[in-house]
Amino acid sequence: MIRILKYLTPKEWLMAVLSLGFIVIQVWLDLKSPDYMAEITTLVQTPGSAMRDIWVAGGMMLLCTLGSLFAAIIVGFFAAIIGSELSRRLRSLLFRRVDSFSMEEINRFTTDSLITRSTNDITQIQMVVAMGLQLIIKAPITAAWAITKIAGKGFEWTMATGIAVLTLLVMITLLMIFVLPKFRKMQSLIDNMNRVTRENLTGLRVVRAYNAEDYQEAKYEEANDELTSTQLYTSRAMAFLMPVITMVMSGVSLSVFWIGAYLINSAQAVDRLPIFSNMMVFSIYAMQVIMSFMMLMMIFIMLPRATVSANRISEVLDTKPTIHDGDKLDGLPGLCGEVTFSNVGFKYPDASESVLKDVSFTVRQGETIAFIGSTGSGKSTLINLVPRFFDATEGEILIDGVNIREYKLEVLHNKIGYVPQKAVMFKGTVFSNVAYGDNGKGEFTEADVENAISIAQGADIIESMEGRLEGEIAQGGTNISGGQKQRLSIARAVCRKPEIYIFDDSFSALDYKTDRLLRNMLKKETAGVTSMIVAQRIGTIMDADQIIVLDKGRVVGSGCHKDLLQNCEVYKQIAVSQLSEEELVS
Amino acid sequence: MSGRQNDRGPRVRMGHMGVAEKAKDFKGTWVNLINYCRKYIPVIVFSLIIAAAGTVLTIIGPDQIGKMTNEIQKVIAPLMAAGQMVNVDLSEVGRIGMLLVILYGASAVLNFVQGYIMATITQKIGRNMRTGISQKINKLPLKYFDKVSFGDILSRVTNDVDTIGQTMNQSIGALVTSITMFFGSAVMMFYNNWLMALTAIGASILGFVLMILIMGKSQKFFMRQQKDLGAVNGHVEEVYSGHNVVRVYNGEKEAGRFFDEVNNRLYDSGWKSQFISGLMMPIMMFIGNLGYVAVCVVGAALAMNGTIQFGVIAAFMIYIRLFTQPLSQLAQAFQNLQRTAAAGERVFEFFNEEEMEDESGKTKELADIKGEIEFRNVRFGYDPEKTIIHDFSSKFEAGTKIAIVGPTGAGKTTIVNLLMRFYELDSGDILIDGIPSTGVRRDNVQEQFGMVLQDTWLFEGTIKENIIYCKKGVTDEQVVETCKAVGLDHFISTLPKGYDTVLNDKTTLSQGQKQLVTIARAMIQNAPMTILDEATSSVDTRTEHLVQEAMSNLTKGRTSFVIAHRLSTIKNADIILVLNKGDIVESGTHKELLEKGGFYAELYNSQFENAS
Repeated sequence: MIRILKYLTPKEWLMAVLSLGFIVIQVWLDLKSPDYMAEITTLVQTPGSAMRDIWVAGGMMLLCTLGSLFAAIIVGFFAAIIGSELSRRLRSLLFRRVDSFSMEEINRFTTDSLITRSTNDITQIQMVVAMGLQLIIKAPITAAWAITKIAGKGFEWTMATGIAVLTLLVMITLLMIFVLPKFRKMQSLIDNMNRVTRENLTGLRVVRAYNAEDYQEAKYEEANDELTSTQLYTSRAMAFLMPVITMVMSGVSLSVFWIGAYLINSAQAVDRLPIFSNMMVFSIYAMQVIMSFMMLMMIFIMLPRATVSANRISEVLDTKPTIHDGDKLDGLPGLCGEVTFSNVGFKYPDASESVLKDVSFTVRQGETIAFIGSTGSGKSTLINLVPRFFDATEGEILIDGVNIREYKLEVLHNKIGYVPQKAVMFKGTVFSNVAYGDNGKGEFTEADVENAISIAQGADIIESMEGRLEGEIAQGGTNISGGQKQRLSIARAVCRKPEIYIFDDSFSALDYKTDRLLRNMLKKETAGVTSMIVAQRIGTIMDADQIIVLDKGRVVGSGCHKDLLQNCEVYKQIAVSQLSEEELVS
Repeated sequence: MSGRQNDRGPRVRMGHMGVAEKAKDFKGTWVNLINYCRKYIPVIVFSLIIAAAGTVLTIIGPDQIGKMTNEIQKVIAPLMAAGQMVNVDLSEVGRIGMLLVILYGASAVLNFVQGYIMATITQKIGRNMRTGISQKINKLPLKYFDKVSFGDILSRVTNDVDTIGQTMNQSIGALVTSITMFFGSAVMMFYNNWLMALTAIGASILGFVLMILIMGKSQKFFMRQQKDLGAVNGHVEEVYSGHNVVRVYNGEKEAGRFFDEVNNRLYDSGWKSQFISGLMMPIMMFIGNLGYVAVCVVGAALAMNGTIQFGVIAAFMIYIRLFTQPLSQLAQAFQNLQRTAAAGERVFEFFNEEEMEDESGKTKELADIKGEIEFRNVRFGYDPEKTIIHDFSSKFEAGTKIAIVGPTGAGKTTIVNLLMRFYELDSGDILIDGIPSTGVRRDNVQEQFGMVLQDTWLFEGTIKENIIYCKKGVTDEQVVETCKAVGLDHFISTLPKGYDTVLNDKTTLSQGQKQLVTIARAMIQNAPMTILDEATSSVDTRTEHLVQEAMSNLTKGRTSFVIAHRLSTIKNADIILVLNKGDIVESGTHKELLEKGGFYAELYNSQFENAS
């Protein structure tokens, strides 16, 4: 938690200090008003007091209350500002840091976790900072101050208050020991129940086909019963809490008066009135003390959760991106779209085995190179090295004769039109999605976008959208089909006018016919652009200039379709499962 | 300052930031809810009576404290007036004290019993609802799931039911105690002294009007904050999940600019709503204190006149607390009732969805069938307005292998859906051994098919459990034998716990191995017919081979429908059904269809034609 506080600016620290001042004023006022209460009591009991004095004391009490309200409002204002400023800053820092991460860091944290860290965890911090400023500081000050006020007023009363505080503390501690673990367990039980339900939902057809409804329901009941019994335990335990707190509070008032009766009886005549006034005031201070302790307990319950959030945020902020920017702005003159891998290898940090080993090839301007292999053969990893999602751990990769690490990242990325396996769509319009980003050559025009979409076989998408290019795309592209998303995603790459296309298994979502038409168009309309294709289907790549066959991260064959059929066993096996005998020989 | 916030401490809810959701039909939902909890109503009423009784006892308390103060004060007055030393009547003080101990004790016990009963009942209701939802899932037609996301159903099972449990628990009890407390303390105040009662109530109401004014203004800030938070979170989610694209397309600057914009908006609405929700506590305190000061001053004036005894002031100091407290609790309870209704509405909406037809009356059964299937004038559309299969008739002898082919999105799974009666036909019949499948129970139809789908469905459990699934009386030997038949035995024996290895997200089975497990599951079922869905993507070549073999093993001698992607499968089929845009456009053998030069021929050629 402390680590997060270092992100506060001096201005905010100043505000925090000011808040502290106002809190002290507030506590002072809160504790001052019972003094006037005592004065009123004395006045009432003293015969011949002027009504005017009572009005004055009452007025002072009201002033204290008003003052306390204003102090509280000011503290609340500062707290809200500090909390929101901090969360805005943290959110922005996190966002920018995650932006600079390479895939390695993203994979380490996982995308889902990063999203939670940037949203829920920050909200958590904001709340704790804002509440904390009011409670964490106020509770102990109130407790301590109130104790000094009552300490001199009667040992027996103090004892009674002490016992009440102790009772509450013991009870809350007991509850924390016995109930908190159950609360933690509850989350995993809920997850469990969710899992069983999700299982039933995702396997709906299988469940029905096997008539396994009873089987699933039995499983669900087990999870449900387990959850219910835990929830029963916790909510019954909590049902215990409130009556006990009420009883302790009422008990304190009662004991103060009861003890007071004895104190007055045994006191001298002159002491009797002060003791009576003290008694009235004490019942109020005692409540203050008890309340403060309860608030402190609350903070102790809240703090661990906030600490977890704080740590999760710091963890991201303390992670330095592993990809460093270069400074070269141009490749070697005369080269455009030439990619060379020389003895490239890749290993995840801490992994014992390499994902890729000893990969070498060169692809020249306008050529097509394809990568094929079974799942886990490393073909996606290989292609991810080119835009530097990862850096190769061995060997080097050159684009236009220059090592890709030496390029300024922006320049490197401007050379590349990348299409991921799963199309990414942003909330916006067809235009904003296709004209996404910046290629260093100025704004994209409507004609650019329209042309790119028609090359990507997406003309029908524009026609079907209301508002054509300005047609709305929902977050995640949920309002268009998978095939449409994929074609727009390809259009986005075309629109950039890059030197090199990278297709990471981008064609599998398309049917064979569209797949073929699209590749034909690309070849015709964007000749001179190098293509690197990862594919599952032989049909997609059999006409490539060069095919690299990967198996367990190693190159086990390279050449054109015909050669590979002759001399590469792995390639042949893949081909046999997809093509007929005649096609194999033809 | 007062100790007015007395027992509010732990109940303060973290984050008053949310806006209470509103149900569309508040009353109707509560009627439904009460109806649903019918059998618990006597117990609930009983617990509410107990709650009211406990509260009444609490309200009597201050009156007694007042009496006790009067007893003590009796010694002060003569002392101040005439310097007389009188002793406090300790036995009277003791009597009142004991009475109060009993009152407070009894009140605590009653409140505890009330809380315990309500907690138990609401949790039980929650459990029943969850069970109901889970059973409902299996009673709904698959059609329903086309329009509803799984996330939506899941959130009903957990969030909504949880909300109902919690809010009902807190709101119903609180409603009764608050109302009792509010009127009870008002009555007691008037009983003690009407002028002071008016003072106290007047001061409190003044404060609450102030609070309501502020709350009314704050609602729009909460709403704005919620919206801005949604915008920021949405943007973060989008950029993080599309991180690769954002980077390679140099979209960081643009994304950052937009982020700053929404982040600033959130900052603005965030601090305002935080500030306002932070105001509530101080204002509540101020209201309490205002009442307090008023009671003190007016009380003192009256006491000096001799109209009242001092104990009345002591009693009022507690009453003002008891009186203001339920007002904020009432507001909270009403908010909770709203939330209960909003969540309840979603749950009941789900309960009221139309279920599949009840077939328990159908006595006819398919038994020992040969496997002859006939489609007779089948007409079907997912949307009744849009028929996709218009009039399909075809007869398949027992033991036929039928391949279903077509481009992506052509509706190949429709055939599976109809065979299995996942969806009902619009008209026409599918006959199994001459018996219309609608003439027998659904589960009886489903029993006749072994089914292997492309998206392999495995659950968390051991490999053995996954293979046996819900089939009764399967021996371990049978499992091993089946796994040998599909070529899985060798792999399983290499696992540390063999057949008892638990499959979860930590165990890594390859796609092909998963497929083999589901094939083994279908084999164990030993149904007379099979439905297979071939994987589109190529798994690693060795397993691919095993899968092909296992599949042909499974279809041997059985009528089988295969959604085919592999050319070898298509060619080995006895008949090919070609689908396009949902409808069956052609059927015949591979050779026949190629010669015909229709849709199939075009599809086939496009796949393998060289790009020019």
